[in-house]
Amino acid sequence: MSSKALAQPLALRVASGGFLAFWCFLAAFPIFWITVMSFKSPRDAFAANPADVIFGPVTRASGQGLSALDIVLGGTALIFALRWAFSALPKLIAKWTPPAWIVLGWLVGAAVYALAFVLAFVGILPVLLGAINGIAGPLGVPLIGLTTEHYIAVWAENAFYRNFINSMIVTAGVVTVSLTVGTLAGYGLARSGSNLAFWLLILALIFRALPHSVLVAGYLPWFINSAEILRPIFGEISPTLYGQPWAVIAVLVAINQPFTIWMLRSFFQNIPTELDEAARVDGCSHFQAFRRVIMPVMWPGVITTGLFSFLLGYNDFLVTSLLLDAQNQTMVPAIAGYFNRETTTTDQVEAVAAAVSITAPLFLLVMVFQRQIVSGLTAGAVKG
Amino acid sequence: MKFRTLVAFVGPSVFMMLLFIAAPLVSVLMQSFQVTQPVMQQIEVETCTPGFLTQTCITETKTVPLIDEETGKTQTTTTWVGLQSYRNLLQMPRVWDAISTGQWGNILQIDFWKALRFTLVFTLLTLPMVIGVGLAIALAVNNAVRSLRGPVIFISLLPFIITPVIGSLAIYWLFVGDGIITSLIERWTGNDIAMFAQAWTIELLMYVYQVWHVAPFAFVIFYAGLQTVNMDTLESAVIDGANRWERLRHVIIPHLMPLIIFIALIHLMDTYRAFEVIVGFRSQAHVISLQWLTYDFLTPDDAGNRAISRASASAMLTMIGIVVLLILPLRRTWRDHKGTT
Repeated sequence: MSSKALAQPLALRVASGGFLAFWCFLAAFPIFWITVMSFKSPRDAFAANPADVIFGPVTRASGQGLSALDIVLGGTALIFALRWAFSALPKLIAKWTPPAWIVLGWLVGAAVYALAFVLAFVGILPVLLGAINGIAGPLGVPLIGLTTEHYIAVWAENAFYRNFINSMIVTAGVVTVSLTVGTLAGYGLARSGSNLAFWLLILALIFRALPHSVLVAGYLPWFINSAEILRPIFGEISPTLYGQPWAVIAVLVAINQPFTIWMLRSFFQNIPTELDEAARVDGCSHFQAFRRVIMPVMWPGVITTGLFSFLLGYNDFLVTSLLLDAQNQTMVPAIAGYFNRETTTTDQVEAVAAAVSITAPLFLLVMVFQRQIVSGLTAGAVKG
Repeated sequence: MKFRTLVAFVGPSVFMMLLFIAAPLVSVLMQSFQVTQPVMQQIEVETCTPGFLTQTCITETKTVPLIDEETGKTQTTTTWVGLQSYRNLLQMPRVWDAISTGQWGNILQIDFWKALRFTLVFTLLTLPMVIGVGLAIALAVNNAVRSLRGPVIFISLLPFIITPVIGSLAIYWLFVGDGIITSLIERWTGNDIAMFAQAWTIELLMYVYQVWHVAPFAFVIFYAGLQTVNMDTLESAVIDGANRWERLRHVIIPHLMPLIIFIALIHLMDTYRAFEVIVGFRSQAHVISLQWLTYDFLTPDDAGNRAISRASASAMLTMIGIVVLLILPLRRTWRDHKGTT
């Protein structure tokens, strides 16, 4: 709003700012609140008074909490760790990985950083601060109740790490296969003006609309009996597809395909055709042009689409809960196991802790990739 | 690009879609006309209990599933039942009965109609709310200081990106029992409130959840659209004496119209799938959706059987529903597409 004629009166600005603040509060509050709850003892977590939930008197009385010293020292460490992640980490990754492997470098870098972060803030820091608190006197007395016992119960005793590993396998598979298959198709569709390409896109749009339960109803009988159905073809090695992570990966990739090709197509359309033509004049085949000329400039689009594939695989409840058995279960359906047991308040807070554990990676994802997510959301709508 | 090159590029993707989307659809259609049941046989079983002098023996005939001697599994037969599964689902006699006696409410006691009503109301009622709230946030962010926009977008993306089950659980925990917000309302009104004890409060919370979850998506798209509003048109509108509301009504909204259609299309597709919110809110006793109905048929019951046939019938009906729902917006897009080319 540059021109003076469009300047706004104060009342409108205040109203708009107030509305925005209210929305931000609404957007963040439920997530913030379950995070707070997950660190308290059950009686505090479900206390009727908000102040009790935040300060946790019962948790504090049992000797678990943060002292003033903890807050100052831990907070400083946290700020430094976060600043390092945004300033020094990208440089370090850029320095140690060859340019062609930059995505892999980021994945490894992020994983190592996450591991070091958890180790430092859950393993080392509490022990260190505990020792300091012991000799600090009044500064070392807990101010805010805080306990990590529910996280320890969820991850160690209930073996949630197994669900985490399963989730990672399924998500990694979905992202890799979707992108490989989807970039090829997206490129083909973007560069072909034929009727076939148009009708394929319309068909994909119709497939996009199908509720997933419709498809799962189609898979289930086949997947359960697949060993017998496939026996005439593969003999004794024919697998039962039910409960196999790779079968679920195939299903999720197919479900995700319509969305992926639409999004990648709109990204490919932004790359000028002159680029392909130049490569073709220099003697490349279509595929060589795709691989050597187009893909190197396509990374932003691929990363964005990969993010949305990740979300689909990671957030899925319906497909994974129906097609995987208990030992291969991913994180989100595993939460359902907590509902059934949820009899005591301790169980409830453990379910909250598990829910927060599932949300934490997504939080990091938005933090790092906010720009890509926004560009992905708008790619389909504004340009397509 | 030649036809063969195109086929080579799209081949793998089309193959996956045909194998895992088109083929299951055909399979579901077939299954909905068939019922697979274990073969039952009647056998005579003699049970004896020890007694004095002689033991007491009773012979009775029992119906047990026939077990295949080679594989050790129960044998099953598949019979063609035509529309029987659909009839079981729709229960038309009860519906006509309810209509003829004028007691419309009775229709909603049948699971399928209950699910259909909720899914449609949920989809159509949240649509204008999502568009309105999304537009309001987009306008407010566009008004805000530039340095604030990044953090606001970050916070706004959180409800959108969160796992739907977890998102609905987060809201559930705020309201369940004496949850923090329920006790707050109780303190204000002085009444005892149970948000999850009756259908209408659950539904109300579901609408709140859905708008919370989807409005960020509409916001981001509208926000991107607002950046491309033609400033000259806006200024000439000012010169012509249009006030703020008229500018919004006659310049900005027409400019955003294609985006509104796009959001409506995506929203219809995604909200019609309402399922996770039922799981998160644990509302199956009061409110169910079409996807949840199919899911429920597909989960094994206590005896380990899955009602595949009924699930297929309900899946087919679900599919017909989304097709009907999408015809209008798709026809509009089609006309626009033809108009531009």
